[in-house]
Amino acid sequence: MSGKKVREGSFHLVGGDFTKAGVASSELKSILSGLGIDMKLVRRAAIATFEAEMNVIIHATAGMMHYAVSDEQIRVVIDDMGPGIPDIDLAMQEGYSTAPDWVREMGWGAGIGLPNMKKNSDEFKVDSVVGEGTTVEIIIKIKEGKAGEPG
Amino acid sequence: MKIKRVLELLNAEMILEAGDPDVEIQAACSSDLMSDLLCFAAKPGSVLITGLINPQVVRTAEIAELKAIIFVLKKRPDKDTIALAKAKGIPLIVTPLSRFTSCGRLYVEGLESCTEEAK
Repeated sequence: MSGKKVREGSFHLVGGDFTKAGVASSELKSILSGLGIDMKLVRRAAIATFEAEMNVIIHATAGMMHYAVSDEQIRVVIDDMGPGIPDIDLAMQEGYSTAPDWVREMGWGAGIGLPNMKKNSDEFKVDSVVGEGTTVEIIIKIKEGKAGEPG
Repeated sequence: MKIKRVLELLNAEMILEAGDPDVEIQAACSSDLMSDLLCFAAKPGSVLITGLINPQVVRTAEIAELKAIIFVLKKRPDKDTIALAKAKGIPLIVTPLSRFTSCGRLYVEGLESCTEEAK
């Protein structure tokens, strides 16, 4: 953990529960804005974590979102018990998706979730083991990170 | 552009009043793909024009900081979606027009695209 710790916590994510999909990211967004963090950074964090949360809801049976905020960075780790990603390079390509049709009909599964998480992060890591699960790490720097808009 | 003007241009009905009724709409985006919105809806303060009526539309609007949601072709969201929008302070609008016509009418009146695309 880099910098002086300000706040940390975690949320449970339940795979397939579309009625609760987005609740964790929404609550995290409120926490971050309540800490007085620049709203442009809060928006980037909310978008990246929402994409990660949706991936857990769509693909995994369960997962956790852990966050730790310091005076230097926002760090969010989302890990799941899911099918895993066989080829991470392929999954990082825009447009590549394994989401089923019923998920696409709900407006998801366009294959830009992982690239969008990376775009909104200052540091981004994906680790996955097929049959075990996936861990995504999103770091947004409060000092000396990207400008407010992703890019 | 004020929301009131949006309602006039789209012959639309506000089915949920929430947030500031005098909020200024800066731009508009139209998609049925939530990830596209999260990726390309770069300007906060935009209005969303969509044919999707599930609660994730409201979640996406909240995360992307969109100011209102317009449902096209008289589509009406269910009570869970309306309740969530109420809790998040996002007004909901229903228009009988299609997505294409809705976008066209707002565009000719000067509303810009929420994406920073080449003109």
